[in-house]
Amino acid sequence: MTLSSEYAEYSTGEPVVDTKAPAGPVHERWDKRRFEAKLVNPANRRKHTVIVVGTGLAGGSAGATLAEQGYHVVQFCYQDSPRRAHSIAAQGGINAAKNYRNDGDSVHRLFYDTVKGGDFRARESNVHRLAQISVEIIDQCVAQGVPFAREYGGLLDTRSFGGVQVSRTFYARGQTGQQLLLGAYQALSRQVAAGNIELHPRTEMLDLVIVDGKARGIVARDLVTGKIDTYFADAVVLASGGYGNVFYLSTNAMNSNATAIWRAHRRGAYFANPCFTQIHPTCIPRTGDHQSKLTLMSESLRNDGRIWVPKAKGDDRPANEIPEDERDYYLERIYPSFGNLVPRDIASRAAKNVCDEGRGVGPGGQGVYLDFADAIQRMGRKAVEAKYGNLFDMYQRITDEDPYQVPMRIYPAVHYTMGGLWVDYDLSTTIPGLFAIGEANFSDHGANRLGASALMQGLADGYFVLPATINDYLAKHPHEEEVTAEHPATVEVVRETEERLTRLLAVDGDRTPDSFHRELGELMWEFCGMARTEQGLRKALDRIPQIREEFWRRIKVPGTGEEFNQSLEKANRIVDYIELAELMCLDALHRAESCGGHFREESQTPDGEAARQDEEFSYAAAWEFTGTGASPVLHKEDLVFEYVHPTQRSYA
Amino acid sequence: MKLTLRVWRQKNADAEGAMSTYEVDGISQDMSFLEMLDTLNEELIVKGEDPVAFDHDCREGICGACSLVINGDAHGPERTTTCQLHMRSFQDGDTIDIEPWRASAFPVIKDLVVDRTAFDRIIQAGGYITAPTGAAPEAHSTPVPKPDADFAFEHAECIGCGACVAACPNGAAMLFTSAKINHLNVLPQGAPERETRVLDMVAQMDDEGFGGCTLTGECATACPKGIPLFSITSMNKEWLRANRKVAR
Repeated sequence: MTLSSEYAEYSTGEPVVDTKAPAGPVHERWDKRRFEAKLVNPANRRKHTVIVVGTGLAGGSAGATLAEQGYHVVQFCYQDSPRRAHSIAAQGGINAAKNYRNDGDSVHRLFYDTVKGGDFRARESNVHRLAQISVEIIDQCVAQGVPFAREYGGLLDTRSFGGVQVSRTFYARGQTGQQLLLGAYQALSRQVAAGNIELHPRTEMLDLVIVDGKARGIVARDLVTGKIDTYFADAVVLASGGYGNVFYLSTNAMNSNATAIWRAHRRGAYFANPCFTQIHPTCIPRTGDHQSKLTLMSESLRNDGRIWVPKAKGDDRPANEIPEDERDYYLERIYPSFGNLVPRDIASRAAKNVCDEGRGVGPGGQGVYLDFADAIQRMGRKAVEAKYGNLFDMYQRITDEDPYQVPMRIYPAVHYTMGGLWVDYDLSTTIPGLFAIGEANFSDHGANRLGASALMQGLADGYFVLPATINDYLAKHPHEEEVTAEHPATVEVVRETEERLTRLLAVDGDRTPDSFHRELGELMWEFCGMARTEQGLRKALDRIPQIREEFWRRIKVPGTGEEFNQSLEKANRIVDYIELAELMCLDALHRAESCGGHFREESQTPDGEAARQDEEFSYAAAWEFTGTGASPVLHKEDLVFEYVHPTQRSYA
Repeated sequence: MKLTLRVWRQKNADAEGAMSTYEVDGISQDMSFLEMLDTLNEELIVKGEDPVAFDHDCREGICGACSLVINGDAHGPERTTTCQLHMRSFQDGDTIDIEPWRASAFPVIKDLVVDRTAFDRIIQAGGYITAPTGAAPEAHSTPVPKPDADFAFEHAECIGCGACVAACPNGAAMLFTSAKINHLNVLPQGAPERETRVLDMVAQMDDEGFGGCTLTGECATACPKGIPLFSITSMNKEWLRANRKVAR
C-alpha cells in the first residue's frame, strides 16, 4: 500500500482503557459508580473552582448544577449571552424512556435502540446510563417550567422519531432545543444572581493551561477588548459543542467552533472517532455560492411527510404534475417496515443515491421531495399547522415556496459530530482534571446518533453525570497548589497564544478567512462527506497541507488584536479546522469499514448498505497529537458488547 | 442586484459614529440579508478596510443574535429576524440604511454590535423557577391544562433579540420582560415565586435604564416571534396583584 503523505503513516500505541465503568450487570453500573465515587464535603465545595467552557445544554446545565452543589463556577461563552448557544436551534425533541404511551418502551429498549442506531460503535455502559437518566431529565425540565407540548388532559405529549418504533420523543412544537436551553439558562441565571457563577460572555477559550500534568486553567480572549486573560481552577469542563463547521456549510451556528477541543487535543487529550460525522437528511438545499450556512428542517417532519423523487431521470415537471404512479417513494420501497423513519445516515445516503442517479429535483438536481399532501388530506391542514406550523413558516421564508401547496425540497447537510474528545465513564479526558461533556465528547452515539438524542445526552451529562463524577476527581485532589498568571506553564501558553494571533495579523496577504474556510469545506464535503473512498481521502490528505501552507502565506486579517475583530476570530478558528480536517480524513482512511455515518464505498453489502467489519474495527479510535502535520498515534479502545449483540443493522 | 448601503460605523463604545456609504453589486434575490453583508465584508477585507461588525450566529431565526435596524425598522421590512430576511424583499437600485439597535440601555460596542447584557440581568432578577437539579417530582404528577401550556409556550418563544426595545420610541423592555413573566407565572410550577418574580424583574428592568411604556405597540409589531401586546397588560395585572398581595 502506498501512502499519500507522511501524515498517513500513523503508528499504533498502547490501547486506551476506560477504567471507571464498574463491572457487573449493566443496569447497576451507574448506581455502583456513584456509590464508589468520593464525595466532597458540602462545606469544602466553595473552596473549589470549576471552569466551564460553553453554555449550551451540556455547559449550561453543568454550570447551574455545580453551582447549586456549592462549587465556585467560572463560565465562558463566545456569544453575548449564554442563552444563544447553538443548542437553541434544535427543533425536534428529546427522547426519554417514560413509556407514557404504553407502547412497549423501556430503559432497556432505549438503550438497545441507541446502541443499534449507533451501529455498534458506542460503549454499552455509557449508553445504558444515558437511557436510565433520560426519565429524570423530563422531570427536571418540567419542574423548571419548560413548556412541553401537552394533551388535552394536561399530560405530556410525545411523538416518534427516526430509527425507533415507539413514541418517546418529548417536544415543544419545533423549538424543543430553545425551550430546554432557556430552562438551563434560567437555572444558570439564578446561580449568577446568587454569586455562585462568575459569567464571562463574549469570551473565547484559546488554550488550556496544564500544570504538573493536570488541567488547571484556560487562556481566553475577551472578544470586545481583545485582551488575553488567564483563568484558573481545580478542574476544567469543556462543553463547547461539535466540529461540524469544519465543512464550512453545516447546520451549526456560524461561530460554533472546534478551538477549545482542538487546543485540548494539542495539549494531550485524545480525540476519538473524528470521522464519525452526521449528515442530516432533511435540510433546505443550497441556492448558490453565496450560501453561508444550511438550515435544518426537523426530522420530526418525516413522521407525516413522505419522501419521493420522480421515477424517471431528468423529469423536470413541477411536483404536482407528476402522477402518483410515476413517483418513487424510495424509502418506503426499500425499507418497508421503517419507511420514512429510517435512521439519519440511511435516509441521507438514500437521498444521495437517487440524486446521483439523476433523479434529484430542484436547482442542480440536489434535492428530494418531502411531501405533506397525504398528511394534509388525512389530518386536515389545521392539525398539520399545529404540529409543524413554525417549520413550514421557516421553509417558506427561506425558499419563498408554500409547503402547504407544493412539496418541500430537502437535501442532506452536515449536522452533528459523534466524534470528539475521548472520555472515560466519568467523562474525564486523558488529561486529569479536564472533562468533556455534550457534543464535545465522543461517548454515547457511536457511529450515528438517533434523532432527539443530542438534547438527551447534553442534559444527561450536564445535570446528572458530570456533577456526580467530578466530585470524585476533586475529592482526590483536594488542595492543589495555587496557579497564577506568573507560573511558567501559564506564561508559556499565553506567549504561544499571543504569537499565533500576531502571526495571523502579520501575514497581510490577499485572501479572506472565509475563502480558505470555504475551500477546506468543499474539499471535506467531497472526500470526507456522505461517501468516502481510500483514493478520495488520500487526495484530501495531499491537499490539506497545501491549504495550510497557502493559508499562512496569503491570509488577510484586517485590524489589530486589541479590539473587537471578527476576522481575527474566524482566522484563528480556521487554523484549527485545517488540522482537525486532516485528522478526520486520516481516521476515515484508517477505518476501512462502513459503519453508521461513516460510509466507505469499498465496504458495502450487495444491496448498497453499510457493511461493518467487526473483526477488525470493533473499537473506538482515540488519536494522540504529536505535532502540526505530524502523523498521530492511534490508541484503540476495544468495544465489548455483552447485551446488544452486533448484527447487521436492518430497517427493511 | 446593485445596491447602495448606508451603514453605521463606530470604532468602539467611546468613539463617535457616522453613516458610511458602500456600493454592492451582484446581489442575488436568494441571498439572506446577512449574506449580502458577508459579500460587502469580503470586498472590504481584500481592499484592506475594516469589515462591518454585526452580531449573528445561528442564521435560522432562533438564537436572537442578529440585530439590525434596516431602513428604520428593527429587523427590516418583514416580520422576522434579520438573518431570515432575504434580498427578494428589496429592489435593484435600492438604497438601504443599516443601523444598530438604538437604546440607552443597549450601548454600541462596535458598528452594528450592541451590548444586551441588561436582558440577562433582568432574567437573573427572577426569570426562573427555583428547581435545583435532582429535586424534581415525576413529570406527570402535575398536569397542566393545555390552554395554560399553550399560553406559556407562546410567551416562552421570545428569543431575547431586543427588537422590541429598538422599535419602542421610549426604549422600553416591557415586552421582553412580560414574555418571561407570563411564561412562568401561568404554570403551576411557577406559582410559588409568582409575586417576587414580577416585582423583582420589573425593578431590575427599571434599574437598567429602559424607558417607560406608553402602549404604542411598536414592540409587538417588530417582534419576530409574535409575542402579543397583551403580554404587557398581563404583566401589569400581575404586578398590581403582587403589590397588593405583598402590601397585605
